[in-house]
Amino acid sequence: MTSEKELKQKAIALLNDGTVTAVLGWKKGLFDEDVTPYVFRTASEIENDFVYNGYCSANLAKYLVPISTRPNGINPVIQNADGTKTTPKTLVFLKEKDKLGFNLLVKEHRVNADNVVVVDVDFPASPTPNITVADIEKLSVDERFVFWKKELSRCIRCNACRDICPACTCEKCIFDNPKSEISQKVASDNFEENLYHIIRAWHVAGRCVGCGECGRVCPEHIPLHLINGKIIKEINEDFGEFQSGADSKTNSPLLTFEKDDPEANLF
Amino acid sequence: MFKPKIVAFCCNWCSYAGADLAGNNRLEYPADVKIIRIPCSCRLNPTFILRAFGRGADGVILCGCHPGDCHYSTGNYFARRRMKVLFSLLNFMGIDEGRTRVEWVSAAEGAKFAATMNEFVEKIRELGPNRKLTDLRLRDGEKDEHLSEQANWGDENVLPSERAAGGAE
Repeated sequence: MTSEKELKQKAIALLNDGTVTAVLGWKKGLFDEDVTPYVFRTASEIENDFVYNGYCSANLAKYLVPISTRPNGINPVIQNADGTKTTPKTLVFLKEKDKLGFNLLVKEHRVNADNVVVVDVDFPASPTPNITVADIEKLSVDERFVFWKKELSRCIRCNACRDICPACTCEKCIFDNPKSEISQKVASDNFEENLYHIIRAWHVAGRCVGCGECGRVCPEHIPLHLINGKIIKEINEDFGEFQSGADSKTNSPLLTFEKDDPEANLF
Repeated sequence: MFKPKIVAFCCNWCSYAGADLAGNNRLEYPADVKIIRIPCSCRLNPTFILRAFGRGADGVILCGCHPGDCHYSTGNYFARRRMKVLFSLLNFMGIDEGRTRVEWVSAAEGAKFAATMNEFVEKIRELGPNRKLTDLRLRDGEKDEHLSEQANWGDENVLPSERAAGGAE
Protein backbone atom coordinates (compact mmCIF):
# COMPACT_ATOMS: atom_id res chain seq x y z
CA MET A 1 0.00 0.00 0.00
CA THR A 2 1.35 3.43 -0.96
CA SER A 3 2.30 5.53 2.07
CA GLU A 4 0.28 8.61 2.99
CA LYS A 5 3.42 10.72 3.31
CA GLU A 6 4.50 9.92 -0.25
CA LEU A 7 1.10 10.92 -1.66
CA LYS A 8 1.05 14.15 0.34
CA GLN A 9 4.49 15.12 -0.99
CA LYS A 10 3.47 14.36 -4.56
CA ALA A 11 0.24 16.34 -4.28
CA ILE A 12 1.87 19.37 -2.68
CA ALA A 13 4.67 19.40 -5.27
CA LEU A 14 2.22 19.37 -8.19
CA LEU A 15 0.02 21.98 -6.50
CA ASN A 16 2.96 24.31 -5.83
CA ASP A 17 4.44 24.14 -9.36
CA GLY A 18 1.01 24.99 -10.84
CA THR A 19 0.42 21.73 -12.75
CA VAL A 20 -2.87 21.27 -10.92
CA THR A 21 -5.17 23.63 -9.04
CA ALA A 22 -7.08 21.05 -7.06
CA VAL A 23 -6.41 17.63 -5.56
CA LEU A 24 -9.14 15.02 -5.30
CA GLY A 25 -8.38 12.79 -2.35
CA TRP A 26 -9.67 11.51 0.96
CA LYS A 27 -10.28 13.73 3.98
CA LYS A 28 -9.79 12.78 7.59
CA GLY A 29 -12.96 12.59 9.67
CA LEU A 30 -13.77 12.37 13.35
CA PHE A 31 -12.96 8.66 13.50
CA ASP A 32 -10.51 6.48 11.59
CA GLU A 33 -13.20 4.91 9.43
CA ASP A 34 -14.82 8.30 8.83
CA VAL A 35 -13.06 9.05 5.52
CA THR A 36 -14.70 11.33 2.93
CA PRO A 37 -13.74 12.13 -0.67
CA TYR A 38 -12.74 15.80 -0.78
CA VAL A 39 -11.34 18.42 -3.17
CA PHE A 40 -8.21 19.98 -1.63
CA ARG A 41 -7.07 23.38 -2.89
CA THR A 42 -4.10 24.43 -0.72
CA ALA A 43 -0.93 22.76 0.51
CA SER A 44 -1.84 23.45 4.15
CA GLU A 45 -5.20 21.71 3.69
CA ILE A 46 -3.44 18.64 2.34
CA GLU A 47 -0.87 18.75 5.14
CA ASN A 48 -3.57 18.78 7.82
CA ASP A 49 -6.52 16.80 6.45
CA PHE A 50 -5.34 14.42 3.72
CA VAL A 51 -5.46 10.79 4.72
CA TYR A 52 -4.67 7.48 3.02
CA ASN A 53 -5.28 4.24 4.86
CA GLY A 54 -7.21 0.98 4.59
CA TYR A 55 -10.52 2.84 4.88
CA CYS A 56 -9.95 4.79 1.66
CA SER A 57 -11.75 2.27 -0.53
CA ALA A 58 -14.06 4.88 -2.11
CA ASN A 59 -13.63 5.17 -5.88
CA LEU A 60 -12.81 8.78 -6.77
CA ALA A 61 -13.30 8.42 -10.56
CA LYS A 62 -16.97 9.39 -10.56
CA TYR A 63 -16.31 12.67 -8.70
CA LEU A 64 -14.37 13.78 -11.77
CA VAL A 65 -17.56 14.05 -13.84
CA PRO A 66 -18.60 17.52 -12.57
CA ILE A 67 -15.01 18.61 -11.83
CA SER A 68 -13.50 17.86 -15.25
CA THR A 69 -16.45 18.57 -17.55
CA ARG A 70 -17.83 21.73 -15.93
CA PRO A 71 -14.72 23.76 -15.03
CA ASN A 72 -16.82 26.75 -14.00
CA GLY A 73 -18.15 25.02 -10.95
CA ILE A 74 -16.01 23.10 -8.50
CA ASN A 75 -12.64 23.86 -10.10
CA PRO A 76 -13.10 27.31 -11.76
CA VAL A 77 -11.34 28.48 -14.91
CA ILE A 78 -8.30 30.68 -14.14
CA GLN A 79 -8.33 34.25 -15.47
CA ASN A 80 -4.77 35.21 -16.38
CA ALA A 81 -3.44 38.79 -16.06
CA ASP A 82 -3.10 39.13 -19.85
CA GLY A 83 -6.78 38.27 -20.38
CA THR A 84 -6.28 34.65 -21.45
CA LYS A 85 -7.90 31.75 -19.65
CA THR A 86 -6.32 28.55 -18.37
CA THR A 87 -8.37 25.39 -17.95
CA PRO A 88 -7.58 24.08 -14.48
CA LYS A 89 -6.34 20.56 -13.92
CA THR A 90 -7.27 18.23 -11.10
CA LEU A 91 -5.01 15.66 -9.49
CA VAL A 92 -6.72 12.38 -8.67
CA PHE A 93 -5.56 9.24 -6.89
CA LEU A 94 -6.79 6.05 -8.55
CA LYS A 95 -6.43 2.46 -7.40
CA GLU A 96 -6.04 -0.32 -9.92
CA LYS A 97 -9.74 -1.22 -10.02
CA ASP A 98 -10.78 2.45 -10.03
CA LYS A 99 -8.90 2.89 -13.31
CA LEU A 100 -11.43 0.62 -15.03
CA GLY A 101 -14.19 3.02 -13.99
CA PHE A 102 -12.05 5.99 -15.06
CA ASN A 103 -11.42 4.51 -18.53
CA LEU A 104 -15.13 3.84 -18.94
CA LEU A 105 -16.01 7.44 -18.02
CA VAL A 106 -13.41 8.74 -20.48
CA LYS A 107 -14.78 6.44 -23.21
CA GLU A 108 -18.30 7.73 -22.63
CA HIS A 109 -17.11 11.37 -22.64
CA ARG A 110 -18.26 11.85 -19.07
CA VAL A 111 -14.77 12.75 -17.88
CA ASN A 112 -12.45 15.02 -19.82
CA ALA A 113 -9.09 13.28 -19.47
CA ASP A 114 -7.26 16.45 -20.59
CA ASN A 115 -8.19 18.16 -17.34
CA VAL A 116 -7.08 15.31 -15.11
CA VAL A 117 -3.69 14.23 -13.78
CA VAL A 118 -3.82 10.64 -12.57
CA VAL A 119 -1.58 9.28 -9.83
CA ASP A 120 -1.68 5.51 -9.36
CA VAL A 121 -1.88 4.20 -5.81
CA ASP A 122 -1.66 0.69 -4.39
CA PHE A 123 -4.48 -0.64 -2.29
CA PRO A 124 -4.80 -4.06 -0.65
CA ALA A 125 -7.11 -6.37 -2.62
CA SER A 126 -10.58 -6.73 -1.14
CA PRO A 127 -11.26 -10.08 0.58
CA THR A 128 -12.75 -12.86 -1.53
CA PRO A 129 -16.56 -12.68 -1.39
CA ASN A 130 -18.14 -15.54 0.55
CA ILE A 131 -20.80 -16.10 -2.13
CA THR A 132 -20.28 -16.26 -5.89
CA VAL A 133 -22.45 -16.34 -9.00
CA ALA A 134 -21.71 -20.04 -9.43
CA ASP A 135 -23.03 -20.79 -5.92
CA ILE A 136 -26.42 -19.31 -6.77
CA GLU A 137 -26.55 -20.95 -10.20
CA LYS A 138 -26.33 -24.31 -8.43
CA LEU A 139 -29.67 -23.68 -6.67
CA SER A 140 -33.02 -24.55 -8.23
CA VAL A 141 -35.18 -21.83 -9.78
CA ASP A 142 -37.48 -21.60 -6.75
CA GLU A 143 -34.56 -21.52 -4.34
CA ARG A 144 -32.97 -18.73 -6.33
CA PHE A 145 -36.21 -16.77 -6.19
CA VAL A 146 -36.39 -17.20 -2.41
CA PHE A 147 -32.73 -16.23 -2.05
CA TRP A 148 -33.21 -12.98 -3.95
CA LYS A 149 -36.52 -12.23 -2.26
CA LYS A 150 -34.85 -12.57 1.12
CA GLU A 151 -31.87 -10.47 0.13
CA LEU A 152 -33.65 -7.75 -1.80
CA SER A 153 -36.49 -7.27 0.68
CA ARG A 154 -33.93 -5.74 3.04
CA CYS A 155 -33.31 -2.92 0.55
CA ILE A 156 -34.00 0.46 2.12
CA ARG A 157 -33.85 2.26 -1.24
CA CYS A 158 -30.99 4.54 -0.20
CA ASN A 159 -29.67 4.55 -3.79
CA ALA A 160 -26.09 4.13 -2.55
CA CYS A 161 -25.50 1.35 -5.13
CA ARG A 162 -26.58 3.72 -7.87
CA ASP A 163 -24.58 6.67 -6.60
CA ILE A 164 -21.29 4.76 -6.23
CA CYS A 165 -21.43 3.01 -9.62
CA PRO A 166 -18.88 4.46 -12.09
CA ALA A 167 -21.02 3.27 -15.02
CA CYS A 168 -24.14 5.03 -13.71
CA THR A 169 -23.78 8.74 -14.49
CA CYS A 170 -27.07 9.98 -15.98
CA GLU A 171 -27.87 13.55 -15.02
CA LYS A 172 -31.54 12.61 -14.76
CA CYS A 173 -32.29 9.22 -13.22
CA ILE A 174 -35.56 7.30 -13.48
CA PHE A 175 -35.29 6.40 -9.81
CA ASP A 176 -35.57 10.08 -8.90
CA ASN A 177 -38.96 10.29 -10.58
CA PRO A 178 -41.61 9.94 -7.86
CA LYS A 179 -44.06 8.60 -10.47
CA SER A 180 -41.76 5.77 -11.60
CA GLU A 181 -43.48 3.30 -9.21
CA ILE A 182 -40.11 1.95 -8.19
CA SER A 183 -38.67 4.99 -6.46
CA GLN A 184 -40.56 4.33 -3.26
CA LYS A 185 -40.49 1.55 -0.76
CA VAL A 186 -44.03 0.17 -0.96
CA ALA A 187 -44.00 -3.39 0.36
CA SER A 188 -40.99 -5.48 1.17
CA ASP A 189 -42.07 -8.68 -0.59
CA ASN A 190 -43.22 -6.93 -3.72
CA PHE A 191 -41.96 -7.46 -7.23
CA GLU A 192 -41.00 -3.80 -7.19
CA GLU A 193 -38.10 -4.77 -4.97
CA ASN A 194 -36.69 -7.03 -7.66
CA LEU A 195 -37.62 -4.57 -10.37
CA TYR A 196 -35.51 -1.79 -8.89
CA HIS A 197 -32.44 -3.99 -8.83
CA ILE A 198 -33.05 -5.62 -12.20
CA ILE A 199 -33.43 -2.22 -13.86
CA ARG A 200 -30.38 -0.84 -12.06
CA ALA A 201 -28.29 -3.81 -13.15
CA TRP A 202 -29.68 -3.70 -16.68
CA HIS A 203 -28.88 -0.01 -17.15
CA VAL A 204 -25.18 -0.78 -16.74
CA ALA A 205 -25.26 -4.15 -18.55
CA GLY A 206 -22.25 -4.56 -20.82
CA ARG A 207 -20.63 -1.48 -19.28
CA CYS A 208 -20.28 -2.68 -15.68
CA VAL A 209 -16.57 -2.92 -14.87
CA GLY A 210 -17.15 -5.49 -12.13
CA CYS A 211 -15.55 -3.44 -9.34
CA GLY A 212 -18.06 -4.73 -6.78
CA GLU A 213 -18.57 -1.31 -5.20
CA CYS A 214 -22.40 -1.68 -5.23
CA GLY A 215 -22.17 -4.66 -2.89
CA ARG A 216 -19.58 -2.96 -0.70
CA VAL A 217 -21.53 0.23 -0.04
CA CYS A 218 -24.87 -1.49 0.60
CA PRO A 219 -25.82 -0.70 4.22
CA GLU A 220 -27.96 -3.84 4.28
CA HIS A 221 -25.15 -6.07 2.95
CA ILE A 222 -27.11 -7.24 -0.08
CA PRO A 223 -24.69 -9.02 -2.49
CA LEU A 224 -25.66 -6.69 -5.35
CA HIS A 225 -22.47 -7.30 -7.31
CA LEU A 226 -23.78 -10.81 -8.06
CA ILE A 227 -26.55 -9.45 -10.31
CA ASN A 228 -24.08 -7.65 -12.54
CA GLY A 229 -21.64 -10.50 -12.04
CA LYS A 230 -24.17 -12.79 -13.73
CA ILE A 231 -24.52 -10.38 -16.69
CA ILE A 232 -20.73 -10.18 -17.07
CA LYS A 233 -20.44 -13.97 -16.89
CA GLU A 234 -23.17 -14.39 -19.49
CA ILE A 235 -21.55 -11.89 -21.87
CA ASN A 236 -18.14 -13.53 -21.48
CA GLU A 237 -19.55 -16.99 -22.16
CA ASP A 238 -21.76 -16.11 -25.12
CA PHE A 239 -20.07 -13.21 -26.87
CA GLY A 240 -16.40 -13.66 -25.93
CA GLU A 241 -14.28 -12.33 -23.08
CA PHE A 242 -14.78 -8.65 -22.45
CA GLN A 243 -13.49 -6.44 -19.66
CA SER A 244 -15.30 -3.13 -19.60
CA GLY A 245 -12.96 -0.23 -18.87
CA ALA A 246 -9.80 -2.13 -19.82
CA ASP A 247 -9.27 0.55 -22.46
CA SER A 248 -11.09 3.68 -23.64
CA LYS A 249 -11.87 2.41 -27.16
CA THR A 250 -13.60 -1.01 -27.41
CA ASN A 251 -17.39 -0.95 -27.59
CA SER A 252 -19.63 -2.91 -25.26
CA PRO A 253 -20.62 -6.36 -26.65
CA LEU A 254 -24.28 -5.34 -26.41
CA LEU A 255 -23.62 -2.58 -28.97
CA THR A 256 -22.40 -4.98 -31.62
CA PHE A 257 -23.27 -8.46 -32.92
CA GLU A 258 -22.08 -11.54 -34.75
CA LYS A 259 -24.21 -13.36 -37.31
CA ASP A 260 -23.87 -16.69 -35.47
CA ASP A 261 -24.75 -15.52 -31.95
CA PRO A 262 -26.56 -18.09 -29.80
CA GLU A 263 -30.35 -17.95 -29.70
CA ALA A 264 -31.94 -16.29 -26.67
CA ASN A 265 -34.29 -19.07 -25.56
CA LEU A 266 -33.07 -20.97 -22.52
CA PHE A 267 -34.87 -24.22 -23.30
CA MET B 1 -59.41 -24.05 -16.63
CA PHE B 2 -56.54 -21.62 -16.18
CA LYS B 3 -56.65 -18.97 -18.86
CA PRO B 4 -53.18 -17.47 -19.14
CA LYS B 5 -52.49 -13.89 -20.18
CA ILE B 6 -49.82 -13.85 -22.85
CA VAL B 7 -48.23 -10.74 -24.30
CA ALA B 8 -46.72 -11.13 -27.75
CA PHE B 9 -44.49 -8.33 -29.01
CA CYS B 10 -44.53 -8.60 -32.80
CA CYS B 11 -42.34 -6.84 -35.32
CA ASN B 12 -44.41 -4.73 -37.69
CA TRP B 13 -42.65 -6.02 -40.82
CA CYS B 14 -42.66 -9.79 -40.25
CA SER B 15 -44.47 -11.35 -37.38
CA TYR B 16 -47.37 -8.91 -37.28
CA ALA B 17 -47.98 -9.69 -40.95
CA GLY B 18 -47.47 -13.37 -40.12
CA ALA B 19 -50.24 -13.12 -37.53
CA ASP B 20 -52.41 -11.47 -40.17
CA LEU B 21 -51.74 -14.33 -42.56
CA ALA B 22 -52.61 -16.85 -39.85
CA GLY B 23 -55.94 -15.05 -39.49
CA ASN B 24 -56.58 -14.96 -43.23
CA ASN B 25 -55.90 -18.67 -43.46
CA ARG B 26 -58.33 -19.31 -40.57
CA LEU B 27 -55.63 -20.97 -38.48
CA GLU B 28 -56.57 -21.27 -34.83
CA TYR B 29 -54.54 -20.11 -31.90
CA PRO B 30 -55.77 -19.24 -28.38
CA ALA B 31 -57.33 -15.86 -27.73
CA ASP B 32 -55.13 -15.56 -24.61
CA VAL B 33 -52.39 -14.08 -26.79
CA LYS B 34 -52.49 -10.29 -26.87
CA ILE B 35 -50.38 -8.87 -29.67
CA ILE B 36 -48.54 -5.58 -29.30
CA ARG B 37 -47.07 -4.21 -32.51
CA ILE B 38 -43.56 -2.80 -32.35
CA PRO B 39 -41.60 -1.24 -35.25
CA CYS B 40 -38.74 -3.74 -34.92
CA SER B 41 -37.82 -6.50 -32.46
CA CYS B 42 -34.94 -4.23 -31.48
CA ARG B 43 -37.44 -1.64 -30.23
CA LEU B 44 -38.35 -3.88 -27.32
CA ASN B 45 -37.02 -2.23 -24.23
CA PRO B 46 -36.37 -4.99 -21.68
CA THR B 47 -38.40 -2.91 -19.22
CA PHE B 48 -41.48 -3.61 -21.39
CA ILE B 49 -41.13 -7.29 -20.54
CA LEU B 50 -40.75 -6.56 -16.84
CA ARG B 51 -43.74 -4.19 -16.97
CA ALA B 52 -45.89 -6.80 -18.70
CA PHE B 53 -45.05 -9.35 -15.99
CA GLY B 54 -45.58 -6.79 -13.25
CA ARG B 55 -49.04 -5.99 -14.58
CA GLY B 56 -50.15 -9.61 -14.59
CA ALA B 57 -48.90 -11.28 -17.77
CA ASP B 58 -48.12 -14.98 -17.37
CA GLY B 59 -45.79 -15.19 -20.34
CA VAL B 60 -44.08 -12.83 -22.76
CA ILE B 61 -42.95 -13.74 -26.27
CA LEU B 62 -41.01 -11.62 -28.74
CA CYS B 63 -41.49 -12.32 -32.46
CA GLY B 64 -39.28 -10.74 -35.08
CA CYS B 65 -37.86 -11.24 -38.54
CA HIS B 66 -35.42 -14.08 -39.11
CA PRO B 67 -31.81 -13.04 -38.47
CA GLY B 68 -30.55 -11.48 -41.69
CA ASP B 69 -34.04 -10.43 -42.83
CA CYS B 70 -34.52 -7.39 -40.62
CA HIS B 71 -36.29 -4.49 -42.32
CA TYR B 72 -33.67 -2.21 -40.75
CA SER B 73 -30.83 -4.64 -41.68
CA THR B 74 -29.44 -5.46 -38.23
CA GLY B 75 -32.09 -4.71 -35.57
CA ASN B 76 -32.90 -8.30 -34.67
CA TYR B 77 -29.24 -9.19 -34.15
CA PHE B 78 -29.05 -6.62 -31.38
CA ALA B 79 -32.38 -7.81 -29.96
CA ARG B 80 -31.06 -11.37 -29.89
CA ARG B 81 -27.97 -10.46 -27.83
CA ARG B 82 -30.02 -8.30 -25.49
CA MET B 83 -32.69 -10.93 -24.90
CA LYS B 84 -30.10 -13.64 -24.37
CA VAL B 85 -28.60 -11.68 -21.48
CA LEU B 86 -31.96 -10.56 -20.09
CA PHE B 87 -33.48 -14.05 -20.07
CA SER B 88 -30.42 -15.47 -18.31
CA LEU B 89 -30.60 -12.68 -15.75
CA LEU B 90 -34.32 -13.28 -15.10
CA ASN B 91 -33.67 -16.99 -14.74
CA PHE B 92 -30.84 -16.19 -12.33
CA MET B 93 -33.26 -14.10 -10.27
CA GLY B 94 -35.62 -17.08 -10.04
CA ILE B 95 -38.01 -16.76 -12.99
CA ASP B 96 -38.93 -20.01 -14.80
CA GLU B 97 -37.10 -20.26 -18.11
CA GLY B 98 -40.24 -21.07 -20.13
CA ARG B 99 -42.02 -17.80 -19.35
CA THR B 100 -39.96 -15.76 -21.77
CA ARG B 101 -39.31 -16.67 -25.36
CA VAL B 102 -37.99 -15.31 -28.64
CA GLU B 103 -39.21 -16.70 -31.94
CA TRP B 104 -38.39 -15.63 -35.49
CA VAL B 105 -41.51 -15.61 -37.70
CA SER B 106 -41.57 -14.14 -41.20
CA ALA B 107 -44.57 -12.61 -42.96
CA ALA B 108 -45.04 -15.78 -45.00
CA GLU B 109 -45.13 -18.07 -41.98
CA GLY B 110 -48.74 -17.82 -40.80
CA ALA B 111 -48.75 -21.50 -39.92
CA LYS B 112 -45.56 -21.16 -37.89
CA PHE B 113 -47.06 -18.19 -36.02
CA ALA B 114 -50.17 -20.15 -35.04
CA ALA B 115 -48.12 -23.23 -34.10
CA THR B 116 -45.69 -21.16 -31.99
CA MET B 117 -48.53 -19.48 -30.12
CA ASN B 118 -50.29 -22.80 -29.47
CA GLU B 119 -47.08 -24.28 -28.17
CA PHE B 120 -46.27 -21.26 -25.99
CA VAL B 121 -49.77 -21.11 -24.46
CA GLU B 122 -49.50 -24.83 -23.69
CA LYS B 123 -46.15 -24.24 -21.97
CA ILE B 124 -47.54 -21.38 -19.86
CA ARG B 125 -50.59 -23.50 -18.89
CA GLU B 126 -48.13 -26.10 -17.63
CA LEU B 127 -46.18 -23.51 -15.61
CA GLY B 128 -49.35 -22.04 -14.12
CA PRO B 129 -50.09 -18.45 -13.16
CA ASN B 130 -47.21 -16.03 -12.78
CA ARG B 131 -47.09 -15.14 -9.08
CA LYS B 132 -43.39 -14.51 -8.67
CA LEU B 133 -43.33 -11.39 -10.77
CA THR B 134 -46.75 -9.82 -10.33
CA ASP B 135 -47.29 -6.60 -8.55
CA LEU B 136 -48.51 -7.26 -4.98
CA ARG B 137 -51.58 -5.12 -5.58
CA LEU B 138 -52.77 -7.46 -8.33
CA ARG B 139 -52.51 -10.62 -6.27
CA ASP B 140 -55.83 -10.22 -4.47
CA GLY B 141 -54.87 -12.20 -1.39
CA GLU B 142 -53.89 -15.32 -3.30
CA LYS B 143 -51.25 -17.51 -1.71
CA ASP B 144 -48.05 -18.44 -3.46
CA GLU B 145 -49.16 -22.05 -3.63
CA HIS B 146 -46.74 -23.10 -6.34
CA LEU B 147 -43.76 -22.18 -4.21
CA SER B 148 -42.29 -24.34 -1.49
CA GLU B 149 -43.02 -23.82 2.23
CA GLN B 150 -39.76 -22.00 2.48
CA ALA B 151 -40.78 -19.65 -0.28
CA ASN B 152 -43.67 -18.32 1.78
CA TRP B 153 -41.32 -16.92 4.37
CA GLY B 154 -43.05 -13.53 4.08
CA ASP B 155 -46.33 -14.74 5.61
CA GLU B 156 -45.08 -15.04 9.15
CA ASN B 157 -48.59 -14.79 10.58
CA VAL B 158 -49.87 -17.71 8.54
CA LEU B 159 -49.28 -21.20 9.91
CA PRO B 160 -48.27 -23.90 7.40
CA SER B 161 -51.53 -25.76 8.08
CA GLU B 162 -53.59 -22.66 7.34
CA ARG B 163 -51.52 -22.10 4.26
CA ALA B 164 -52.33 -25.59 2.96
CA ALA B 165 -56.04 -25.10 3.69
CA GLY B 166 -56.20 -21.62 2.19
CA GLY B 167 -54.10 -22.47 -0.81
CA ALA B 168 -57.03 -23.25 -3.05
CA GLU B 169 -58.88 -19.94 -2.67
